[in-house]
Amino acid sequence: MLDDRRALEIVLPKEPGVGFKHLHFEDLLNDRGCVSWLEIHAENYMSDGGRKIAQLNRLRQDFPISCHGVGLSIGGENPLSKDHLNRLEALVSWLEPASFSEHLAWSSHGGSYFNDLLPVPYTKAALQRVCEHIDEVQNILGRTMLLENPSTYLVFEESEMTEIEFISDISRRTGCGLLLDVNNVFVSSTNHSVNPYWYIDEFPLHSVGEIHLGGHAEDSDDEGALLLIDNHGSEVAEPVWDLYEHVLRGAGALPTLIEWDSDVPEWKILEAEADRAFRLMNIVQDEYVGLP
Amino acid sequence: MSVCHSEFIDALLDPQKPVPNGLASRNGGTAKRFAVYRNKFAVSLTEALEAQFPVIRKLVGDEFFKAMAGVYLRRHPPESPILSKFGNRMPEFLSDFEPVEHLPYLPDVARLETLIRESFYSKDSSSISNETLRSLRPADFLESRIIIAPSARTIQSRFPIFGIWRANARGEGNPTNRPEEALVARRQFDPELYLLPDGGCEFMRLLASGHRVSEAADLAAARRPDFKLDQILALVLSSGAATELEPIKHNSGERTLKCG
Repeated sequence: MLDDRRALEIVLPKEPGVGFKHLHFEDLLNDRGCVSWLEIHAENYMSDGGRKIAQLNRLRQDFPISCHGVGLSIGGENPLSKDHLNRLEALVSWLEPASFSEHLAWSSHGGSYFNDLLPVPYTKAALQRVCEHIDEVQNILGRTMLLENPSTYLVFEESEMTEIEFISDISRRTGCGLLLDVNNVFVSSTNHSVNPYWYIDEFPLHSVGEIHLGGHAEDSDDEGALLLIDNHGSEVAEPVWDLYEHVLRGAGALPTLIEWDSDVPEWKILEAEADRAFRLMNIVQDEYVGLP
Repeated sequence: MSVCHSEFIDALLDPQKPVPNGLASRNGGTAKRFAVYRNKFAVSLTEALEAQFPVIRKLVGDEFFKAMAGVYLRRHPPESPILSKFGNRMPEFLSDFEPVEHLPYLPDVARLETLIRESFYSKDSSSISNETLRSLRPADFLESRIIIAPSARTIQSRFPIFGIWRANARGEGNPTNRPEEALVARRQFDPELYLLPDGGCEFMRLLASGHRVSEAADLAAARRPDFKLDQILALVLSSGAATELEPIKHNSGERTLKCG
């Protein structure tokens, strides 16, 4: 039964998508350019009605939708919120998105929600907990989800494995796919003095179902060293484009999302970012020979 | 050493607290790195409140609002990831917040802005059509029940709530110095605010609790001799606040049931 449903699922196209912003609603209907799919934040559509739902209902007729959760708190110490799982299940049943994804992070504790993606230590205990949570989500939604790698600013002394080992284990144990946020890789690698190309080469690219690209800001840490902050408030940075090209050479064309959530630009500028990703996909696809 | 989430949250909420032990960085320092999480939490939720309470923000000023939001978001962090409900405790917060004691109307303004937001996110419904209204004899209309739309809200204040809102949100008119009642309703997607004639809130409450138009009008008029049924009905029917009519059925004596 589950397999039958999966066989009927529309998967995200191996083309560019953008995070849907309400100010681009008319542009998307009239002048979508190279953008072939959209991503929405699930929590923004958990209402009974109103304009947001109506716009989404219109767009889903023309675009495959990726439903991206920001509030499940999969890395949390507490059990997942049953209320939130039920709201999510209702949204996914109605929307029938091509894909559902969430973050390797926590955001709720003790009945409060902190509206940020907080970091998870890479320990065996955390691994067990995250896997149980992902099993629960996949059972309730009746589909495989994608898990996104985080942007981080600190590390945990208690960590027992690398982020890649942690994420690979989760994917193996739960069968979930992965959402590779290339900007997050660049941000975290810079912040922790890791070579981002090494990260990509070690990453289980065969499990990646979607890529995120977004902008980051520059700051400095306590020692005055460069500290990058993931803020989705600008164009994708040049070194992140280079890293993305490296991903494509390793994995071939993949559904690629441009995320721009604050200081959202006019449509032409966002579409140009998507077009740049599309051109890279096409160039690399011609040379691509398959996953090693 | 392991970092438990309670400890992490305590430090996230209180910038005076030290960064939890067990967090580290390549260079050793953790304060500015931990501050990234503190900032994201505080800035994103302050922005959410600014979007939800534009009139409160105008009344107290941007700087004051930011500082006040900082207190609110630590005292009442969101109870769920549905941020549209995050500001729902603002009216009670403002009632107890000493620095705004001299602005006693603020809690009602916050209540109104909360109702406007609720209306924006509530279930869609259609208005009663003109054909339906024309097809009813006036006597039958008065014996009907009016189903109130899920997006309609009313507010009764001892302050000129409609005038305060209009002057600050629209830059129109000057508030009176008398108590006002107001109706929030949606024709399609955008909630609008209307000044209700006195007794309008009570009348709409009576309609919502299932009273026929004539019963609700009689009860409202008994409490307020100046109750103006025509004015209030015109507003209820034209604003999108009414979604269905349940006319009385003469032949069977039973009323028809319709889903609102």
